[in-house]
Amino acid sequence: MAEYSVFSLIQNALTGHKNWQRAWRDPEPKPSYDVVIVGGGGHGLATAFYLAKVHGIRNVAVLEKGWLGGGNTGRNTTIVRSNYMLDDNAHFYEKSMKLWENLSHELNFNVMFSQRGVLNLAHSDGQMDRFARRGNSMRLNGIDAELLDRKEVKRMIPYLNYSDEARFPIYGGLLQPRGGTARHDAVAWGLARGADRLGVDIIQNCEVTGFKRTGNRIEAVETSRGTIGCGKIGFAVAGNTGYLASKLGMKLPIESHVLQAFVSEPLKPLIDHVVTYGAGHFYLSQSDKGGLVFGGDLDMYNSYAQRGNMETIDHVMRGGIAMVPSLSRLRLLRHWGGIMDMSMDGSPIIGKSPIDNLYLNCGWCYGGFKATPGSGWVFAHTIAEDEPHPLNAGLRLDRFERGHILDEEATGPVPGHH
Amino acid sequence: MLYIDCPYCGKRAHEEFTYIGDATKKRPDGAEKNDPAWVDYVYTRDNPRGPHLELWHHGLGCREVVKVLRNILTHEILGAGRPADEIPLPETETKP
Repeated sequence: MAEYSVFSLIQNALTGHKNWQRAWRDPEPKPSYDVVIVGGGGHGLATAFYLAKVHGIRNVAVLEKGWLGGGNTGRNTTIVRSNYMLDDNAHFYEKSMKLWENLSHELNFNVMFSQRGVLNLAHSDGQMDRFARRGNSMRLNGIDAELLDRKEVKRMIPYLNYSDEARFPIYGGLLQPRGGTARHDAVAWGLARGADRLGVDIIQNCEVTGFKRTGNRIEAVETSRGTIGCGKIGFAVAGNTGYLASKLGMKLPIESHVLQAFVSEPLKPLIDHVVTYGAGHFYLSQSDKGGLVFGGDLDMYNSYAQRGNMETIDHVMRGGIAMVPSLSRLRLLRHWGGIMDMSMDGSPIIGKSPIDNLYLNCGWCYGGFKATPGSGWVFAHTIAEDEPHPLNAGLRLDRFERGHILDEEATGPVPGHH
Repeated sequence: MLYIDCPYCGKRAHEEFTYIGDATKKRPDGAEKNDPAWVDYVYTRDNPRGPHLELWHHGLGCREVVKVLRNILTHEILGAGRPADEIPLPETETKP
């Protein structure tokens, strides 16, 4: 398929844009593949892309039960950051950030990565101390971080509630200037096109319904489009990981929860950064179409339903209005829910499983989108080499039984607290 | 809104409750030295895509812990009772 460039754009403009070719093929599934990736979201597609590109494994299929990026890849709030404190998280997410910084070039597809800065607000002296600690940890790990005081935050972001009567006054914030947003659909499309150009078969409308096992191996997956043999198999199915694992008699340290997200009516440019409220859970940015994109907490009860409850919508709006009072006049355009695979320590799980040729990529909690390229990169390594890369060695499934949990928020094994 | 039939207070909106989690987990005996039993209790969850037994705390009501059977694929509440009660699956429900 042709390379996208300014020349191809001009050429197609001159012919009325009637000769663009499809961006990826729509192949029939082959009887078997060296590697089958279940889940055609960002993580599954990135895994296939890096398997083909970095490891030379091109006989790969990505099976997607619906359409590409129709799950959480199309449902998130598009925030990209690597502002983590614990080493195992920090190095992994920073790798992902570095891949983001070159992703549009690497894919020859504009993922509209915009490093507009991610600012976490602090509302007490204690919170400022915690942010100073996290910022110092980040800088020691080579990640950019700046601690801002109230005056600096006010100069940078004037529209927040700086009133002395605010229930949670703004003391300052921790800024990651390299953080930002990316266009989520473009990430799925760009990775799909990139993987397809390297020979990966992307098979949509293909739901995995069961597995054929021999001993401790999976020989084939049964799907709505027939049985497909697999040398190795990787799960990248986010909230449905527990469901697929249950078909294999496997139990995981994961609960599925619904997380809602929202977009307002479109506005002229107002919000230049990604801003998060520190006294509740609220994160806000503005899309290129002008809609304000924001979200908050989980609905807090287990769910596979992809829709949430009014009580949580109300709670999110209250948090938002406490942070940016002018939001109260806005109308909501849409809201939706996605199913989070909440791990019991709040950190992802990427690694081998108890089944010999099955690899797991799950436990993304609130934040799978930012990890998309990094997740695919280390997962491809884990599948190709049959062992984790040093960057995901700390994210293995067995960390729970070894006691090496990665609890960034130090809130204990309760998914709703992460 | 979900409506939970509290065995002490009657039908109440779920916003009066705080979700605790999986009701099928039994804390191992205090003398249990077996790590896998504790790992299973603390971290491992069935996470079924269907009927799920769970505990809710009725903090804005009777302040008792209530056991609820809820289909987590549809959010439909299939029964509620005290924590020690057996809550049977309605006949129309099949395990996924």
